[in-house]
Amino acid sequence: MSTGFREASGPYFGDYGGRWMPESLVAALDELADAFGKAKADPEFTEEFERLSREYTGRPSLLTEVPRFAAESGKARMFLKREDLNHTGSHKINNVLGQALIARRLGKTRLIAETGAGQHGVATATAAALFGMDCMVYMGAEDTRRQALNVARMQLLGAQVVPVEHGAQTLKDAINEALRDWVASVETTHYVLGTVAGPHPFPEMVRWFHQVIGEEARAQILEATGRLPDAVTACVGGGSNALGIFHGFLDDPSVALYGYEAGGEGLETSRHAAAITLGRSGVLHGARSYLMQDEDGQTVDSHSISAGLDYPSVGPEHAYLADAGRVTYEPVTDAECMAAFESLCRTEGIIPAIESAHALAGAARLSAAWGEDGAERLIIVSLSGRGDKDVATAAKWFDLLPAEGNTEAPQEGVQA
Amino acid sequence: MSAEASKTAAAIDAARAQGRAAFVGYLPACYPDQQTSIEAAVALAEHADIIEIGAPYSDPVMDGAVIQQATTEALAGGFRMDQLFEVVREVSSRTQAAVVVMIYYNLIDRMGAEEFARRLAEAGGAGAITPDLIPDEAQPWITAAEKYGLDRIFLAAPTSSAERLAAIASASRGFVYGVSLMGVTGQRAAVSSAAQEVVTAAKAAGAQRVCVGLGVSTRAHVEEIGSYADGVIVGTALVAALREGGPEAVGQLASELSGNS
Repeated sequence: MSTGFREASGPYFGDYGGRWMPESLVAALDELADAFGKAKADPEFTEEFERLSREYTGRPSLLTEVPRFAAESGKARMFLKREDLNHTGSHKINNVLGQALIARRLGKTRLIAETGAGQHGVATATAAALFGMDCMVYMGAEDTRRQALNVARMQLLGAQVVPVEHGAQTLKDAINEALRDWVASVETTHYVLGTVAGPHPFPEMVRWFHQVIGEEARAQILEATGRLPDAVTACVGGGSNALGIFHGFLDDPSVALYGYEAGGEGLETSRHAAAITLGRSGVLHGARSYLMQDEDGQTVDSHSISAGLDYPSVGPEHAYLADAGRVTYEPVTDAECMAAFESLCRTEGIIPAIESAHALAGAARLSAAWGEDGAERLIIVSLSGRGDKDVATAAKWFDLLPAEGNTEAPQEGVQA
Repeated sequence: MSAEASKTAAAIDAARAQGRAAFVGYLPACYPDQQTSIEAAVALAEHADIIEIGAPYSDPVMDGAVIQQATTEALAGGFRMDQLFEVVREVSSRTQAAVVVMIYYNLIDRMGAEEFARRLAEAGGAGAITPDLIPDEAQPWITAAEKYGLDRIFLAAPTSSAERLAAIASASRGFVYGVSLMGVTGQRAAVSSAAQEVVTAAKAAGAQRVCVGLGVSTRAHVEEIGSYADGVIVGTALVAALREGGPEAVGQLASELSGNS
């Protein structure tokens, strides 16, 4: 296998990436690319970023072995990279703090963001509070209902949450609305894109802020076991936690890398979000990548039980790594993912984000397939977020609510 | 560029010969339905030199609420790309206006730039405005448009550098679409002063014809912009008129805006 994947940078990753954006935003993207290039070479910037990561986020995050969870599927040893323990509860804070620092260098006083599950919106609202900036978060109206608790959380942090009623009312529509805001407000506003998608320099920049996940995980597994893992698994919506952890291992040919897309109700139905598995090359939100689209090029609505993976495309670097064969991408259905979710809760006392449960399900699938051979093998799972926000969804899925409860009950219960 | 090859340049030059700026009107294909959208465009062409037919798209990031609502309805009504060419064909054959399409790039990409250009030219279209395509990414489209003699209209923004404006002017054929303000489509009370600066800067960078759009909704706007631009682009106000009063209302508004009434 060829090495050198770690050096890949924008604007293009193979045939993917680029800038498929209105001209109105190009000057801002140029300014951002320039500021990012200077910042990452500036020790003052990197020291400030590392200080915040340490003293505010709580890095390094733990690497936790989960033997009881691992034993349920096979023989392999499993370790979780605990991004769920970060301040705000997911990996998203890494990127947000980095971008907020860049925004401050650019003299911007307002942050806007899109959010699906709410984790990125919460992280952006948090950074805005920390840096004394105004904050507006766009969220699909459907998602504001699915994730009512995170809406309240953002409001407590001083952000304004705007429910987006257009289109499918999910993540992609929130991005459209954030882009419309940015076209009109770019002079004072930085758009904190939450994943490794979008126009250059976002895919490269967001990955850079998350690379610490893989760097830590690589050092931690060597420390704990004296060797590299056989596989690393991560969930992929836009794909930022996955690229963050993969990046530590991209040029270690012995480490197999697996990205798990949301298979929703199954690929045989139209209700999934498996952009790489079933998508075709196209352009959306500023990047060429794999895209779920119809014959005419209209974006097809995605579906997943996890709002954070409910996105019809994927970061361009993932499309490149898929074509290059360096990372294997497979779908995990809602049912498989919720089984892994339940298993981790019960066996290890850790409630994962439903997004991250896709990576757990993938690891379980790998270990089961290895059978006895798994006894010699190690898997690191990117536990990208914690599941507190998903308790209502899980309670509904597992029918843990009173018999009288209708679809409204879980949300009301949690909010109260 | 040969002048007779560009239908939009010819339309702009003909208006200029009459001592006025060209009037450019936008309507989406198949809103509220295919036949009505054709009739509305035909009514618009009584007063417009160039007609823009918008291709409804699932993720229109440059469009404000009024146009989004119309194109979302067109998509819900089952809009297919075949119909875009049917609308262009019909409007081209029934009117004297140059007919361009306004289209987000993934729709072109999915069909293939070559096939899209072939079908657009065959339908009598003059070219395409591509709001989310910058010249940096446009080589396949430029090559295809060149082959089929189509105009390619790129956007110039108030924030575009002189270097970018030069690239935009050189990649465009027909005219350059000057974005009058930082924002998406929609009506505004006043036209931003940035509009005139965009025209001046784009011309200094080599653009021969610059039309200005975004936020134009009154005859006063049209007169103001027409005093320095080669053409004035109206969209949202026409779409709102179509929604409220059908093709007749479009014709009436176009008549007022163009100063014919």
